Amino acid sequence: MIKLERRAAPSSMGLVLIPVIAVFLALITGAIFLYLNGLSSPKGITWGQVFAVYGGMLDGAFGSTYGVSETIVKAIPLMLCGLGVSMAFRMQLWNIGAEGQFYMGAFGASWLALTYPELPVYLMLPGMVLLGLLCGGLWALIPGIPRAYLGVNETITTLMLNYVAILWVNYFIFGPWKDPQGMNFPLSKPFEPSAVLPTLGSSRVHFGLVFALAIAVLLWFVLKQSRWGYEVTVIGESPRTARYAGMNIKKNIILVMFVSGAIAGLAGMAEVSAITQRMQQGLSPGYGYTAIIVAWLAKLNPFAIILVAILLGALQVGGYSVQTTGVPAAIVFMIQGALLFFVLGGEFFNRFRIVLKNQGKVEV
Amino acid sequence: MTQEFLITILATAITAGTPILFAALGELLTERSGILNLGVEGMMLVGAVSGFIFAVKTNDPWLGVLAALVGGGLMALIHAFLTVTLQANQVVTGLALTLFGTGLSGFLGKPYIGVPIENAFKPVNLGILSDIPFIGPVFFQHDQLVYLSYIVVPVLWFLIYRTRLGLNLRAVGENPASADSLGVSVYKVRYFYVTLGGMLAGLGGAYLSLAYAPTWLENMTAGRGWIAVALVIFATWNPLRAMLGSYIFGGIDAFGFRAQAMGIAIPSFFLKMLPYIFTILVLIMVTRKAMANRVGSPGALGVPYDREER
Repeated sequence: MIKLERRAAPSSMGLVLIPVIAVFLALITGAIFLYLNGLSSPKGITWGQVFAVYGGMLDGAFGSTYGVSETIVKAIPLMLCGLGVSMAFRMQLWNIGAEGQFYMGAFGASWLALTYPELPVYLMLPGMVLLGLLCGGLWALIPGIPRAYLGVNETITTLMLNYVAILWVNYFIFGPWKDPQGMNFPLSKPFEPSAVLPTLGSSRVHFGLVFALAIAVLLWFVLKQSRWGYEVTVIGESPRTARYAGMNIKKNIILVMFVSGAIAGLAGMAEVSAITQRMQQGLSPGYGYTAIIVAWLAKLNPFAIILVAILLGALQVGGYSVQTTGVPAAIVFMIQGALLFFVLGGEFFNRFRIVLKNQGKVEV
Repeated sequence: MTQEFLITILATAITAGTPILFAALGELLTERSGILNLGVEGMMLVGAVSGFIFAVKTNDPWLGVLAALVGGGLMALIHAFLTVTLQANQVVTGLALTLFGTGLSGFLGKPYIGVPIENAFKPVNLGILSDIPFIGPVFFQHDQLVYLSYIVVPVLWFLIYRTRLGLNLRAVGENPASADSLGVSVYKVRYFYVTLGGMLAGLGGAYLSLAYAPTWLENMTAGRGWIAVALVIFATWNPLRAMLGSYIFGGIDAFGFRAQAMGIAIPSFFLKMLPYIFTILVLIMVTRKAMANRVGSPGALGVPYDREER
């Protein structure tokens, strides 16, 4: 008879093996859908063509200097948003509003760049960073404060605010901020050069990468070394213990939500300043949502988040590059969702071992 | 405000509220069994797209509804397997389901964007009922799916509060260990209601693509799945209150659409924010009240059940 036995400690092999297997299985799932979808099209499809799509994705993401730099460009907002949500997740705060916090950060930064275009660069860029952090952080406090004081479910409120933030930004780019020379497209005027973050050489890889790496190191340090980091971890693992130890849970919820939103806001600032260099519709193709997968896949470890963000950035760039061959870009979100399923399912095997009763133990 | 205008607003509130109602009923059953499924948005989208594709291909909207039930149900089965059998984190699994459903529906629906549907659900006159002044045009000049929802709501209420099955369902959601010791299979009950919940969410999605819109657009649910999750809390897990809540949301939606026609000079972007802001406000108020009255969610909501740990 097959029986499950709880492991005393997670298997260390599993910690590495499960994400790798999950990535593999998610890609297979994507392939099956590509194949089935191809079969129903009038042209039909062969498995060879399915693998050619993956080949094309890989080539698009890593096959050229341009591909690699684009992968990093996509990974930067994923790193920052992923670091942001990981902070909240660590405390069991399900902030899924990184998308809205990203937009509000971009909004704050754009406001400065468009309202005071004459500011010198040494005031402009720091000001934009500050406003990006502040707007993202404050936006996260709107659900954070009711969560702290009344226990209002933050999952729903953070998500609702994503829609509000996007509508808010759209109001400005369709209205007061609309570029008179923009051919009626929903765009703001382009920023002055003083409001554009520096890039690496002639590539589009920008200073946001430095923000992301610095914040990863900072978060790691805070979580491992500081008293506050310790409090956050304890509250996340056992609120009751935290309360007995006299930790101020309400204050920490508010603080963590603010920090979480601020980092996502910084991602929005970097994107609008370095990539689009103006506020425009559809600034994020769902970075805030993909960031949830990044954070979970990385087991909330700041350095792992950097690596996973690059992996999922590559998936996005690859997805865009095969779009020309008629594969919908939505396949990327599908593979990402499947990836999260397999990681979640795989965690089971970290917690349990399968035992055949009355026989020797079989490790899985 | 003329009576005619009031009728239009109320009738639109019902059609706009119906997709949210189906989804909220589904989530209500799911949560009653102790499982939180935040994948409603994803299941609705899969329901909307599969319903639309089948209705276009077969030219029969009822086959579309069937496909939506299957699509939503299959999505929910993923959730059930991960959270009931593998005891995965229910919040994150639900999020994964929404992300997966968004991608899957976009992927499957790509060739159908802008495709016209010839045989969508249309209002059906119910004879004498539809002729009652005021009541008739508000409640009884809709399509068959709205009438179906009028039946589903009381049936579910009866099921939950007045039958043995409903007692088992509530027991599993409140205290699975004691339900188990009384011989109720916690796993079976949870699988059943999670799947049924997904089917209802799929039906809600199909209502959008086959009756309300009727068309397929990427992400056409626009957060309605999340509003449905919030509504379940507002409804205190009671189908009748879920119905009331859905129509209130539908009314706000309808108001946003028609406010400009009424000459209210608010930019449409702000009117479109109303349902989301209202959801947040309702959630805050409901949570305060729940704290005062100590009525809460099903006792075991969100907690995986492990037989070995009884």
